[in-house]
Parts: sequence; structure tokens; C-alpha cells
Amino acid sequence: MSELNSALEHPIYNYKVVRQFTVMTVVWGIVGMLVGVLIAAQLAWPALNFDLPWLSFGRLRPLHTNAVIFAFGGSALFASSYYVVQRTCQTRLISDKLAAVTFWGWQLVILSAAITLPLGLTSGKEYAELEWPIDILITVVWVLYAIVFFGTIAKRKAQHIYVANWFFGAFIIAVAVLHIINSLVIPVTASKSYSVYAGTVDAMVQWWYGHNAVGFFLTAGFLGMMYYFVPKQAERPVYSYRLSIVHFWALVAVYIWAGPHHLHYTALPDWAQSLGMVMSLILLAPSWGGMINGMMTLSGAWHKLRTDPILRFLVVSLSFYGMSTFEGPMMSIKTVNSLSHYTDWTIGHVHSGALGWVAMISIGAMYHLIPILFGRERMYSTSLINAHFWMSTIGTVLYITSMWVNGILQGLMWRAYNQDGTLTYSFVESVAASYPGYVVRVFGGAIFFSGMLLMAYNLYMTSRKDIEPQAAPAVASAA
Amino acid sequence: MDINDLRGLSTAFLMATFFGLCVWAYSSKRKKAFDEAANLPFADETLNQETLQEEVRNG
Repeated sequence: MSELNSALEHPIYNYKVVRQFTVMTVVWGIVGMLVGVLIAAQLAWPALNFDLPWLSFGRLRPLHTNAVIFAFGGSALFASSYYVVQRTCQTRLISDKLAAVTFWGWQLVILSAAITLPLGLTSGKEYAELEWPIDILITVVWVLYAIVFFGTIAKRKAQHIYVANWFFGAFIIAVAVLHIINSLVIPVTASKSYSVYAGTVDAMVQWWYGHNAVGFFLTAGFLGMMYYFVPKQAERPVYSYRLSIVHFWALVAVYIWAGPHHLHYTALPDWAQSLGMVMSLILLAPSWGGMINGMMTLSGAWHKLRTDPILRFLVVSLSFYGMSTFEGPMMSIKTVNSLSHYTDWTIGHVHSGALGWVAMISIGAMYHLIPILFGRERMYSTSLINAHFWMSTIGTVLYITSMWVNGILQGLMWRAYNQDGTLTYSFVESVAASYPGYVVRVFGGAIFFSGMLLMAYNLYMTSRKDIEPQAAPAVASAA
Repeated sequence: MDINDLRGLSTAFLMATFFGLCVWAYSSKRKKAFDEAANLPFADETLNQETLQEEVRNG
């Protein structure tokens, strides 16, 4: 009872659940990226599936995407949103028990995915492969997440709702709506179901979901992270709070229409394709508004980049965000899409966002959080963070450049005609020509993955109470 | 009046909403409140310190 009273008088924060999600962010990052490196290697050297069905590319690819998006990215979002909502509302989470249920529930979802996907149990919808019993579990966990998050905002001590919470809130609501509508199925058995939608409608619902998983899970949530951790790490308020408000409403209003660009030149009505293309082009404005807002937060503090590799992670992630949100609208133009679609360019584009933006801003935010959560002055080793930063950057650049080359090469080979109208190249010739790019990608991915191992070591050493952090290098500007 | 008038009107409505939002966000009346909000990430250091001390006490 006395504990309860003191908790009421001093609204100390719940760091336990933040700590749990932070540790699992690193763990699932390693697992998900390792699977990614394995399937990248399978594309270069197909024998690496060992002729085992549960190690085949078709089953491991959804395991990779689910692990990095929902396990790694999801844990990072849970950790940062629970942390940011408490600190900017100046109040403890509304319920420790519910927060703990979301942690264990989310881990159960991830575990179920890790078991069912290699077994080949899938509903076949990209980024929504999990079968209906797991979908129901996700819905329950997500509703509890919304209760904890919005309940905490409702009992806030601060008058304003900080902009990061708006982005987190939009992410939570939109993902709930997307997940429920796209996952509507008729169950046949415990492990098999069929979508309630048919044909082109099914495709449109799927890519309305798919692109808004990008827009709200992989963008709005991480922009929430950006709006807290960039100002905090740079030790100055965001460049323009007014711009952040226009940014928020413009982004959430426009993103929801961009999905049809995934279905150019399909059975989807032409007007819907054009609508998706135009809305994707408009999306450049709010995306870059947000990027500029984050970048300009550093004006007058650029020198900090020389000594602070955490800030470097955050700022370079914004550069990759700017790059991929320029590339995306460009690829949504129908004529460009006719070259890029179904090629490795798309994979490169996704990873420019996923590795460069999502992973790097999460890693930066986690490096900011870990010392606080373990009661330390700073991370055990700053030079290891610096090494991790360069590995992430180089790994991402190798990955996306090799996929640009492969994508344009494939697109050009597939559309090449002879004078008599026959195709110049067979499909397998384009596969053979892609081999060097696939090998470069394995190396890029492996470098990025190895950086995560440094992070895990640094996390472990920071968490140990009997070890003091290494002295900060006088000049950490190794580059 | 047919469906296309409605489509035109909805576009005009959305445009007006957007411009209204910009005017609202950039009005000088809102400046003080937004400055306060922008400083929220820096306003709770004592609560963070109390939490850390509490965690040390509880092991």
C-alpha cells in the first residue's frame, strides 16, 4: 500500500517494460537480419536451402520480413512509444500489468510466426502471412497496446500532447484498422483460411494494407521516434513545431491513398492506378517536410556529429528517409514503374527505407535509451557505436546499389525485343546476369548484420553493473 | 448537379482544410503554446532522475 502511495505522489516512470522491449529489439534484429542474410545467400547460391522444405526461400522470406518488421521494428516501436509517452506526458503508464501483457503477448505472436512460417502455414498475403488464430492474438495485443498508450495520454500531467505522441497514436490506430480489414477471412481449419475478398478487390485491399503498413508502421511510428530522439540527442527542440503539425496531418491524409501504385498495369481500373500514382507523388511534400524538420533541428549543432555517433545514426537515417521517399514517388510513376516493377530495384528501394531509415533510426534511439534504462552515464563503448555506424552505412549502400544495378538490368533485359518481335533474352538469362549483384548484396547484408552483433555486445557490457563504461575517446571522429 | 460537382466540392473542401490548418499552425497566437510543447522533451529531467533512483533502491 505504501508503494502505491509513493507511486501516486511521485509519478515515476515504468522503465521495466521499455527495457524488455529494448533488449528484444536487439535480439530480434539479429535473428531477423540473420535470416535475411541466409535468404540473400540462397539467391546467390541456391544449394544453401539444403533441399529442406522449411529452409526454402519461399518459407524463409516471410519469416525474414515478419521478423525484421514486426519483431525488430515492432519491439523498437513498443519500447520508444512507451518511453516517449511517459516522459512527454510526465506520468507513469496507465497500467503496468497491461503493459506487461503487451510485451509477453507480442513475443508470443513472434514465436508463433517463427514456428508456423517455416512449416509453410501462410495466408499468402505479403506482410500479412500469419494465419487467423495468430491474427486474432495480434488484434488482442494491439487493442491492449492502444488502451495503455491512449490511457497514459489521457492522464497526462503536461498540458500539451507532444507531436511524437500524435505520430505514435496515428500508427497505433491505423495499424489496427489495416490489420483487421485485411485479415478478414473465412477459417476452414485451425491453420487454413480464405480471404473474404476476391480477385481485384482482394489485391486492392491487400496493397491498401501493404502500403499503409509502410506508411504507418514503418513511417509514422518511426517519425514519432524521430521527433523525440533527434531533439533529445541534439539537445535542442525540434526545428519547427508548426511544421511538425502540418507534416503530421498532411502525411496521414495522403499516405492512405498511395496503395494502388503496387498494382500498375494490372486488372485494377486505370483511374485507381492513376490516383495511386498522383497521391504517391504528392506524398513527397509531407515526407520531405518531416525530413527537413528533423535535419534542421541540428542547425547550430552540426559539430556534434563529429563526436556523437548516436546522433550520426539518427541524422543519416533521415538522409536515407529523404532518399527513399524521393525514390518511392518516382517509382510510382507508371512509365518508371513499367521498368522497375517486379525487379530487384523494388527490393533495393524497400531496404533503403528498411535498413537506412527504419533500422538506423531505431538503432540510434536504442543507443540513446540503453544507458538510461540500465542506469549508466553512457554506452559501454562509444567507439563500438562508431564502428556499428559505419558498418550499417556501408552495408546499406552496398545493398541498395547492387539492387539498383540488378533492377535496371533485369527491367531492360525483360523488355528487350528483337526486330521480329520475339524476346531478346530468356528469363533465366536475366537471373544469371543478376548473380554478381546478389553476391554484393550478401556482403552488404552481412556487414549490416555484423554491426548488430557489436550492438548486442555493447548492450551486454552496458547492462553489467560490475563494469564501468570505457573512457569516451577524446575525438571519436574516426572519419 | 451530378456526382462530379460533389467530387469538385470535396477537393475544394480538402484544399480549404489544408490551408486553414497552415494558417492555424502558423498564427502568432499559437506561438507560445507551440514553444511550450516543443520543449516537453526537456521538461521532465527530475522525474527521470527520481525513476532512476527508485530503480536503484529496488535493485
